[in-house]
Amino acid sequence: MTKSYEEIPLTPISNTPSTVNLTGLWRVVKPVVDKSMCKKCTICWKYCPDAAIKLIDGEPVIDLLYCKGCGICSFECPAKCIVMVKEG
Amino acid sequence: MREVMTGNYASAYGAKLARAEVIAAYPITPQTSIVEKLAEFVSTGELRAKFIPVESEHSAMAACIAAETAGARTYTATSSHGLTLMHEVLIWASGARLPIVMTNVSRAMAPPWNVWVDHMDSIAQRDTGWLQFFCQSNQEVLDTIIMAYKICESARVMLPAMIIEDAFILSHTSEPVDVPDQKLVDSFLPPYSPELKLEVGKAMGFGSLVKPDQYMEFRYKAMEAMTSAHDRVLVVEREFKDVFGREHGGLLERYRCEDAEVVLVAAGSVAGTAKDVVDALRAKGQMVGLARIRAFRPFPEQEFKALASKVAGMAVLDRSYTFGAAGAMFTEVKASVYSNQKRPVLKNYIAGLGGRDITPKIIEKIFEDISVISRRGIEDEVEWVEVAGLPRRWK
Repeated sequence: MTKSYEEIPLTPISNTPSTVNLTGLWRVVKPVVDKSMCKKCTICWKYCPDAAIKLIDGEPVIDLLYCKGCGICSFECPAKCIVMVKEG
Repeated sequence: MREVMTGNYASAYGAKLARAEVIAAYPITPQTSIVEKLAEFVSTGELRAKFIPVESEHSAMAACIAAETAGARTYTATSSHGLTLMHEVLIWASGARLPIVMTNVSRAMAPPWNVWVDHMDSIAQRDTGWLQFFCQSNQEVLDTIIMAYKICESARVMLPAMIIEDAFILSHTSEPVDVPDQKLVDSFLPPYSPELKLEVGKAMGFGSLVKPDQYMEFRYKAMEAMTSAHDRVLVVEREFKDVFGREHGGLLERYRCEDAEVVLVAAGSVAGTAKDVVDALRAKGQMVGLARIRAFRPFPEQEFKALASKVAGMAVLDRSYTFGAAGAMFTEVKASVYSNQKRPVLKNYIAGLGGRDITPKIIEKIFEDISVISRRGIEDEVEWVEVAGLPRRWK
């Protein structure tokens, strides 16, 4: 709902961090990790531009709430254990 | 206390007297001595401020934006390529409604490489949402910095301001300057206390995303603020005069314009030369005057409308050129008087680019030219003054 110019502050102010924006909703393809082939090199974790990969016991776990499906992890993985799969 | 100082030192003293709390700057010719002097004030303890030497002008403005958001009074200074590198963040500063004050030592843009006076750098920032004040003297530089904080920090304005000093002609030329008493300045300019600021322990994002359904309302507010800045400039200058006994002409200084038949419109240091020429021509009985654009933003539209209804000709001198159009001051003057019942003959003179002197002789010739065409009618609207290869002789 558009607010009147008289009701808004001088500049838009937000009191929530940007993590409220679940950017994972933008995704068209998602990374799927084949853990049997993973060498725990952490390259995917280092390259993820959204910090959407967590390491659990050294293995990548994708945070699908924020992963935009860019595919960088899949492209960079030397073991070729991450494949991009079309969303449902 | 009266002292002899350059325009750059006048800028530094202005920021010091205004008690700037954060100064972030990057050196560039011919601005460097402003921030050198301020660094000295900070290091000797004469000014209690945080001085941040940054790695670029873009960062200087970014640092000022952050500090101002946290409620600090900030100051920076730059010139030419430094100013244009700041362009993106200048728009951020005004959109975030931060009353930062900055000196721009107006200098030519390259190529051709040139460090002398030219207004292209300042004019190119016309649409960034900053108030712009062109100064004629070193005293005006110092005074305008102090006034600018008061104008810009008022709740109805909350926009940044650029104080424009002509390269070398003001920046490196010494003049007598009255440095007012700190107590007087403190009585005139209260500390900065914005209604809303970033505070430790209270997470807030400023200038965050709005969708098409809300964007225009924020721009409308900024428009209103710039419009009300017009009256604030006049009110604050009256208050300044009450305290310090000086004034500089509001948004449009009119010098001997009351009964003038033709007027020269100009901005910056050339106005000093022009006033001498006006006096000399008046002594010979010629009815000439000078209208000095002091504020280019907000533009003194009402003042021009009133002036235009009384004169037969207006010669607009631009110290820069907008390629594909004309001088920016000319197009603005022309637009502002269009709806007048009575319109004078208008002509644009492009002169003094890249630090070329605009001599009294040239100004005399401009008055001669505008007097003739205001009777006979105009042929070419825009004329470049004193360009080698062009037929007209100006000397």
